[in-house]
Amino acid sequence: MYKKIINDPDHVVEELLEGFIAAHARYYEPVPGVNGVLLRQRRISKVTLVVGGGSGHEPMFAGFVGRGLADAAACGNVFASPDPGTICEVATAAHGGQGILFLYGNYAGDNLNFDLAEEMLGEEGIATAHVRVNDDCASAPKDRMDDRRGIAGDLFAIKIAGAACDAGLPLAQVKAVTEQALANLRSIGLATAPGRIPGAASPTFTLDADEIEYGLGIHGEPGIQRSKLASADALTTRLYAQIVADMPLSAGDEVCVLVNGLGSTPAMELYIVYRKLKAMLETDGVRIHGAEIGSYCTSMEMGGFSISLLKLDAQLKRYYDAPCYSPYYAKEGL
Amino acid sequence: MQTLNWQDAVGMLQAIAKAIITSKPLLTDVDAKIGDGDHGIGMAKGMQKALDKLALLPNDSNVYGVFAAFGKAMLLSMGGASGVIFSSMFLDGAKEQPATEALNAPSFATMMAKGLQSIQARGKASIGDKTMVDALSPAVDAMIAFADDGYATMLRAAEKAAAEGVASTKAMVARFGRAKSLMERAIGFQDAGATSVHIMFAAMADYAESH
Repeated sequence: MYKKIINDPDHVVEELLEGFIAAHARYYEPVPGVNGVLLRQRRISKVTLVVGGGSGHEPMFAGFVGRGLADAAACGNVFASPDPGTICEVATAAHGGQGILFLYGNYAGDNLNFDLAEEMLGEEGIATAHVRVNDDCASAPKDRMDDRRGIAGDLFAIKIAGAACDAGLPLAQVKAVTEQALANLRSIGLATAPGRIPGAASPTFTLDADEIEYGLGIHGEPGIQRSKLASADALTTRLYAQIVADMPLSAGDEVCVLVNGLGSTPAMELYIVYRKLKAMLETDGVRIHGAEIGSYCTSMEMGGFSISLLKLDAQLKRYYDAPCYSPYYAKEGL
Repeated sequence: MQTLNWQDAVGMLQAIAKAIITSKPLLTDVDAKIGDGDHGIGMAKGMQKALDKLALLPNDSNVYGVFAAFGKAMLLSMGGASGVIFSSMFLDGAKEQPATEALNAPSFATMMAKGLQSIQARGKASIGDKTMVDALSPAVDAMIAFADDGYATMLRAAEKAAAEGVASTKAMVARFGRAKSLMERAIGFQDAGATSVHIMFAAMADYAESH
């Protein structure tokens, strides 16, 4: 039996959200009857940003509900999309009257449930749109972008979309700006150890003691290559090469960087990765405009990390630099 | 059973739900081989919610209403891809139908065929993609072919077709879900969603034969 500090595997999401909302009650309120997190001080007269997905990736998604970020999060069971009723309740509670943008990872379950929720909201006359995060460049080749999954880069997508909402753009433009962010966003990760779903008998995958897997997904989806563990510099070099092969960078480009821990990898190791990543970007003449180092999108106790690069243009830079605040992510305005 | 009344519909759906709940460990095992391993957990949860709904459902004699309520309870409790797909199987063929006190076998087959259509429209899966469609589609074909022979014959034929459909998924590469990334490594394993479809049809056939 694997050790988990839980009460009942069937109630982990409800109990997680009870604790989460209570701890941050200054900012959040629950959505009665469903698993959702709602920002208390919502601005009206702007497009509403609703994020969501399966639980088990904390602090993604609910941790990025905040000022200048998402207005609400719809939370599913562990690694399973929220149902359309939950999404509708959360979205309706958050709606400020200017339409709703749904932002979520590109997975079959999320796509089906959010689509159905949009249908239901449409019948009530609420304007909606969606953008699906597909930053994981290891999850499908470039000619099948629609098959790519969403991972930690979702943080940057929420940051940009939230700022675009805050700037007062109409729904169609918020969507366009968010799509532009995704066009300029790539991530790739590697795993050193599996995570475990509460109540599941076995881990989401297995690796030999000295083995790592490149491109493994945040629900344990198989990656692209297994190899022996190597130095932080060697691993980082391999991941960086894969990103720039997919999204070429030129001298003079500006990027924001996210080095994300998958659950059980310490900050020490993430900073050692960042050190190498920074050196490689500098060698290529690429300027780092912002860096986030931490465990923003996890997979229970999975070991390993991912790297995300957001290539900036003038517009994306403006929205990245806009102020935001949530308990897990905050920026002063520049 | 010549026609299905409100009470029969409740009884048959209860049988389906109980069969899935009992099969939770089997479904979990099947799914863990090539999927997330959570199919049995999600299905059992949805079926329990659907059972709870049936227990509170007022008898208004409308058979379609029972199927719609059952599907809607699944839709609003399961989440994940299987929440939308499996609820459509019951909800989409039954909703917006005129109230009916007695459903004959051909109308039941038509309702299930509409559910299948809706599932394929939403999920985009075809025969051969290693999904629940590989069991449901032949089962619906069998229902239509045997609809004039009454419920028991029709549903047993559908059950057998679904079983063959489950077996056929072993040879397939998956085009959806986590198993997709396994490519040819998924060959040799049956699909969990197709397995659930077969369990449901087996429960329906047993119910029809004993009532």
